[in-house]
Amino acid sequence: MGSLEVSDVTVVFGGHRALDGVALDAEPGQVTGLIGPNGAGKSTLFDVVSGLRRPSSGRVVLDGRDVTRMGPARRARRGLARTFQRLELFGRLTVRDNLLVAAEMGPDRRLAGHAVTGILDRIGLHHVADTCADELSTGAARLVEVGRAMAVRPKLLLLDEPAAGQDGEETERFAALLRSLADDGTTVVLVEHDMGLVMSVCDRLHVLDLGRIIASGPPEEVRRDRAVLAAYLGESPVEES
Amino acid sequence: MEQFLIFGVVGLSTAAIYAIVGSGLVLTYTTTGVFNFAHGAAGMLSAFAYWQLSVGWGWPVPLALAAVLLVLAPAFGLLVEKVVLRPVQNLGEAERLVMTVALLSGLIAAARWIWDPNLPRPLTTFFTEREPLHLGPVTVTWHQALTMIVAVLVALALWFLLNRTRIGAEMRATVDDRALVGLTGADPVRANRVAWVLGTQLAAIGGILIAPTVALDAAQLSLLIVSAYTAAIFGRLRSLPLTFLGAVVVGCLESYLTGYLPQNQYLPGLRLAAPALLLFLALLLFPHGRLRGRDRRLRPVPTPTMRGSVVFAGVIVLFAVVLATVLDEVDAISYGPMFALGVVALSFVPLSGFAGQISLCQLSIAGVGAVVWGQLAPDGQPWALVAAFAVSALVGALIAVPALRLSGVYLALATAAFAVVLDRWIFTLPSFELFGVRIAVFNQSSVEMAGPDFFGFRLEEPAELMVFSALCLALGSLGVAALRLSRFGRRLIALRDSEAAYATLGGSLLAARVLVFALSAGIAGVGGALYGMQLQSVTAEQFNFVAGLPIFLIAVIGGLGAVGNGLFVGTAYLGPIHLLNAVAPWTHNIVQLLPALAGLGFARHPEGIVPGMRHSWEPLARSRVALSALLGGFAVLWLLRIGDVVGNAVLLLGTAVLALALRTWAQAKEATATEPEVPVEWWGVRRPWRKEDEEVLSRGIAGG
Repeated sequence: MGSLEVSDVTVVFGGHRALDGVALDAEPGQVTGLIGPNGAGKSTLFDVVSGLRRPSSGRVVLDGRDVTRMGPARRARRGLARTFQRLELFGRLTVRDNLLVAAEMGPDRRLAGHAVTGILDRIGLHHVADTCADELSTGAARLVEVGRAMAVRPKLLLLDEPAAGQDGEETERFAALLRSLADDGTTVVLVEHDMGLVMSVCDRLHVLDLGRIIASGPPEEVRRDRAVLAAYLGESPVEES
Repeated sequence: MEQFLIFGVVGLSTAAIYAIVGSGLVLTYTTTGVFNFAHGAAGMLSAFAYWQLSVGWGWPVPLALAAVLLVLAPAFGLLVEKVVLRPVQNLGEAERLVMTVALLSGLIAAARWIWDPNLPRPLTTFFTEREPLHLGPVTVTWHQALTMIVAVLVALALWFLLNRTRIGAEMRATVDDRALVGLTGADPVRANRVAWVLGTQLAAIGGILIAPTVALDAAQLSLLIVSAYTAAIFGRLRSLPLTFLGAVVVGCLESYLTGYLPQNQYLPGLRLAAPALLLFLALLLFPHGRLRGRDRRLRPVPTPTMRGSVVFAGVIVLFAVVLATVLDEVDAISYGPMFALGVVALSFVPLSGFAGQISLCQLSIAGVGAVVWGQLAPDGQPWALVAAFAVSALVGALIAVPALRLSGVYLALATAAFAVVLDRWIFTLPSFELFGVRIAVFNQSSVEMAGPDFFGFRLEEPAELMVFSALCLALGSLGVAALRLSRFGRRLIALRDSEAAYATLGGSLLAARVLVFALSAGIAGVGGALYGMQLQSVTAEQFNFVAGLPIFLIAVIGGLGAVGNGLFVGTAYLGPIHLLNAVAPWTHNIVQLLPALAGLGFARHPEGIVPGMRHSWEPLARSRVALSALLGGFAVLWLLRIGDVVGNAVLLLGTAVLALALRTWAQAKEATATEPEVPVEWWGVRRPWRKEDEEVLSRGIAGG
């Protein structure tokens, strides 16, 4: 399990409504995409879901339990893990220690060492396991963040632009990793600008623009949505041929 | 009612001074991003300079005032900006903080050097010969009136400067985005300079106005600033009007406490400690910020090996045994505390080095440990050492409460306030009863300290106590090394690197912070107990806030995350002082300045000296030939010294020369063994990224 339900979430910064009555859901075993132009409010929504930011109004429900008033650590213990758009690695620890810190907070800390070895295999970063995280390239660092989130064995995984800085081959491998995570029963929510990756891996999409959800549905359906096209390409939507 | 008004006028007059000084602090902080711990010391120095000119050399008051406020204070502000703070402008907040703490420590030491603290230096109030003003039932002296008028003028002038002038706009803009200000044609360096000059002038005005009402004492005047800090915190270090309001609250509180606090032996200290207590509370009530994201300017934490740590622990004990055999009793008393103070310094490693929490009250907590030992172990009962650890740890856990909400400069301030509360109130209390238990502190004088008694074997001689302290330092260093390699050690570093990531993985900030503060305070408490044993009798002054600053500074210079830092701090703090005093007694005052000067030189080695030393001595430790030669040579010199064939100087110099020569040899030998070539595209992947790689790549790209 690890279902997510966000209802009527509003976040106000001063006079600006960064999120305005956002509602979305994500189901276990699926990769749910959250897309939208820069500044749409995607990372703010992740902050609200993970507990780093309190919404002005609205509810966040994880596995049927209202977690809106819980802090980030309590939500994490209920099975939520995330990565960050602006990298938040433990820069002075090695890659292995980054994963170990997370695995030791997971459900089975006695097997943390084995779990870390397994994750290093899955994300393909064995060769830099003993390198300080601060010394990694951006692409590798993003993978380590994903691995670190995997290490707590989450039910719900929020990934904020995890494929930024990866080349084509790396993105393909990463797509396979995401699918395998969903196949294991994890609920994956993906914020990503690489539309190729989003369309190939997501089961369902939500499109956020100016703090509002403007479309939801399967990728093929969303791709043809006029409001989405307008948000991405400007006020005059491209007519379908 | 009449009394209430009288105390109100006194309070407002004091508040005016706090407002002037506090506004200078806010002005500097908002423009430059530097919280100036030495702000009060600048005021103190100005007051001394004013005394020197007007009383010492007999200059007319207006001329002395002009010289201090228009020449000396601005020049000092510019000097501090250029020499002290510009080198660390682009480093992190902690580095800038260390520079101002070093400045505070250095200015107090310099003032004590220039102006003998044992001589009284009275200053008369301004217009002292004039009849006071009578406003109804209230009498206002001209000095008080002048103080309040100056505060109003300062408020008006600052408002005009910040809101109606170009440089004021530049200063406000610099706060928001320094780089962007530069792009718009404004000059952030000029804005910085103006802020430092004005800030120092305001500190000088405050110092000169307050000096006639208190004793002209370097430490006391520098710490009167705590009240101004409290006022500035009311303004959240940003708002000048709220700073003025805070000053009124603090000034009136002090005055009314003087007037209305019941007269008994427990409360006079509370009045002195009130501003610090208020500062502590104000920091506690400070609005809670969001969890911090990743700090990209952190220095790496060295990773020790357990084998290396065991060897290091052995070296500590061996060092103490050698000292015990070659030093006479007087020297053993002088140098002995280096291991005890090393234990105090070791407490910085988990707290500041791993967890990144800056504490300026570790020596004060050591004082708590000393008191516990002194009161509970009159016959040296060893279990009291455990009690010293436990009680100090409990105190540390209390400090962790504000640490949950604070970091960086605010945490440093909170710990400084805590130290001042201990100094001025708790440590001065007579014995009292709490829940039926009689608690004694320093008994308002000194506490006798016994050596530990292990199954009838009493350690009393300075040499014995030195070896015992070294053993404790060795065990402590081993424990801290094990902590670094443990799950908790990793968590502390992770927590420091990114609070947000740590919390979203399920880590409890509360548990980690309380534990590390308690552990670190426990270590400091044991260090304090050991220090007390070595001194045989301790007073509160030996553990006060100012006495703790050099230890903090040397710990920073050594490298806060290095396990070897305990030994380094103990040796570097006491070694040069006693060596130089023995060789050249005239350097007595100069050596007091050394920690501060070393702190100011910190900008060149922000990663710390100890990791560099470890790196440069590792080749010798790896070379069996060199190591055997060193141990053999040293053993010969030691035997010659024990047989009185040579003196301590020959032993010290001979060992140093031999070690340096062998290190050079071992380094040269290792350098000849070439490392395997790694293709450039694998740098940072197959081998660690090095600083010099960036330059090599840049040159390669530039060369086409």
